[in-house]
Amino acid sequence: MKAKHQRLTLALLALGAVVVAGLLAMSALKDQAAFFYAPSDVRRDGLPLGRAVRLGGMVEGGSVKRAADGITVHFVVTDGQATTPVVFAGIVPDLFREKSGVVAEGQFQPNGSFVASNLLAKHDEKYMPPEMAGKMHETKTLEPDAKQ
Amino acid sequence: MIAEAGLAALWFAGALAALQLVMAAIGIARDRDDVAAAVRPVAIVQGLLALLAMALLIELFLDSDMSVKLVVENSHSAKPWLYKFAGAWGNHEGSMLLWVTILGLAGGAVAIFERSLPERTLTATLGAQATIALGFYAFLLFSSNPFARLNPSAPDGLGLNPLLQDPGLAFHPPTLYTGYVGLSVAFSFAVGALVTRDVGPAFAKAMRPWVLIAWIFLTLGITAGSYWAYYELGWGGWWFWDPVENASLMPWLAATALLHSVTVLATRDGLRAWTIMLAVVAFSMSMIGTFLVRSGILTSVHAFAVDPERGAFILALLAIYIGGALALFAARIGTVRAGTTFDPVSREGGLVANNLLLSVILGIVLIGTLYPIVAASFDVQLSVGPPFFNKAAGPIALLLVAVMAVGPLLRWRRDDAKAVLRRVILPIGATLAAAIALLFVWPGVLPWAGLSLAAGLAVASVAPLRKRNLRRTPLFTYGMVIAHLGIAVSLAGMASDRAFTQETLVAVRTGEPARVGPYTVTLDGISPVIGQNWSALEARLTATRGASERILRPQLRFFANPPTSTNESAILTVLDGQLYTVLGQPDGQGRWQLRLWWKPFVTLIWFGGVLVALGGMLSLLGRVRRERRTTMRNQWA
Repeated sequence: MKAKHQRLTLALLALGAVVVAGLLAMSALKDQAAFFYAPSDVRRDGLPLGRAVRLGGMVEGGSVKRAADGITVHFVVTDGQATTPVVFAGIVPDLFREKSGVVAEGQFQPNGSFVASNLLAKHDEKYMPPEMAGKMHETKTLEPDAKQ
Repeated sequence: MIAEAGLAALWFAGALAALQLVMAAIGIARDRDDVAAAVRPVAIVQGLLALLAMALLIELFLDSDMSVKLVVENSHSAKPWLYKFAGAWGNHEGSMLLWVTILGLAGGAVAIFERSLPERTLTATLGAQATIALGFYAFLLFSSNPFARLNPSAPDGLGLNPLLQDPGLAFHPPTLYTGYVGLSVAFSFAVGALVTRDVGPAFAKAMRPWVLIAWIFLTLGITAGSYWAYYELGWGGWWFWDPVENASLMPWLAATALLHSVTVLATRDGLRAWTIMLAVVAFSMSMIGTFLVRSGILTSVHAFAVDPERGAFILALLAIYIGGALALFAARIGTVRAGTTFDPVSREGGLVANNLLLSVILGIVLIGTLYPIVAASFDVQLSVGPPFFNKAAGPIALLLVAVMAVGPLLRWRRDDAKAVLRRVILPIGATLAAAIALLFVWPGVLPWAGLSLAAGLAVASVAPLRKRNLRRTPLFTYGMVIAHLGIAVSLAGMASDRAFTQETLVAVRTGEPARVGPYTVTLDGISPVIGQNWSALEARLTATRGASERILRPQLRFFANPPTSTNESAILTVLDGQLYTVLGQPDGQGRWQLRLWWKPFVTLIWFGGVLVALGGMLSLLGRVRRERRTTMRNQWA
């Protein structure tokens, strides 16, 4: 094989590899990316069933209830306009508390509740996940409309 | 005074970087050897000044000087000594200063130790290194000054994030940064060689040790970071496909590809343009990593500051360096002649396959990491997690393992397919045997393939030593064998953890036993414990397995500055795995939550990582020794 041809072959192979990576990634992204929802998004867009999503908002005051097994926790996530009941079995994060922000990873159920496989709370007092900051902000600016 | 001295040192270092760049440019453009000769000492002094600034910042943290803003915001006088010391880089400004310090020292090290490169190429390399440094000095001085004063000074500091208050902080960031920044040296070499049109085996031989050093540190940094996250977060996982983890994985993937292609260039004079391209890509990945982690675009313990101005600054630096390097590449690549050719079935062919597969994995990880950020700018919020990466990159990684098993058994330039088949019969046999044996305990598809391939790779990786005189085998061959074996070991650990981990989540009263894997865990009691800057509730757990009885003490820790609590897991390491215990909250009726995992052979993951790094070190030692011997022979001849 001539040197020039080999270089061309290698360049084409590299290009092919990049395309393969892109295609693989895109096809996997289509069904694996977890979208972020706030309770009012669900009310507006319907339930995203059968796929992993993230649900974000505030833990409603007085809503946290522990089940008799000592493991399962029930609570309600609110974004000021709508609420979603969440059930989670496990150790809640250190900074999980009522009237504080939370992001739950898991799946919606047909009855509109949410089964969380993982809870993310803020890392420390200063920190809030940006998705959550964004959602909170959005909700606040929408509030006047909601009242009308 | 110390803060002002530190700032002055930083300004001087920045000025010297500018001088270094100008002198290198004059030396090359005007062919002024006298000017070029002075570039080396300038690079050394610049590195030392950056080191001085870092040392002064550490001194401020050790003194708990509460008139310095950074110390107030990130430290506390009651913090243990080690975390004052390491806390100097446990924040945005300090970590960027550490970045620049390592960059300066790397440039200085090149100036002192690099003797095999032609003087002109070296001058161009140091010029490129100065260009990178200049951008980061500007970043520090204009938007992230670590030495800013606070007036009036504060009575005490706000403290350091408790998740960072761990011995890991002293080790993980400097190691990883050395790896990141080490790739800047490879990048500068590539730029230098493009500038002086000097791309060839001699250049590759000079560049290889620097790539190896960066790669060893990246490997160690990732391994250490993974173990730190594993025991500190209390989630029982060792890799979360968190964007910040990906930010360290991507440079490693690129550096691994570069390491292999630079070997082809050094020994066979092939893959010239490709190697240069990879050097650019590898450094781009560490720049992207720095951008992701330091811009505040992501949220994690690594993202200290959310400041859009800083993110834009790093993004601009990224665009300038990568764009500049790519433009230079495009302009000069025509002058780089194609190297020697080779057969598809050859060691070179195997290494090309390795490079292509690594590039595909890199592409997938890059897309998965950046996709949420791109989507966010279109107001779509989503996250890309483990299911994506496992599904898209997992199969490719397993294919790569297969290539890795065969590659070292191929001859350079040309090989006979039938002869190759004879050489790989034993590894294939091992793979099949493992695959059949595992059918009886079916661990799931990916772990099944992973464990089988790990068995094959383990056999294949020691195969290059067969029929060789072990005492005369060069050290770098041992390096390759051990590094590849390390991958097999690590892969076995990952697959075993994924397939055989058992988890128990219970709420128990004192004296009530819980079972997980081969262990019975009993809560003996809960007692308060006081540490230097925290208090804790500590559980005493007795873990029994047959006749052996061991005590574990997981804690719920409360920190006052800043007010935070953390879960301190307690881990029992035995030969065949780890028992991982986390104490949860009380349920208000006298019961305590316990989360227990039995993780068979999970330690192999990090042991394998250390083996990989060890292989790199042996390889480096072998190369340097041989290099020295050749130089000495040439001098005598």
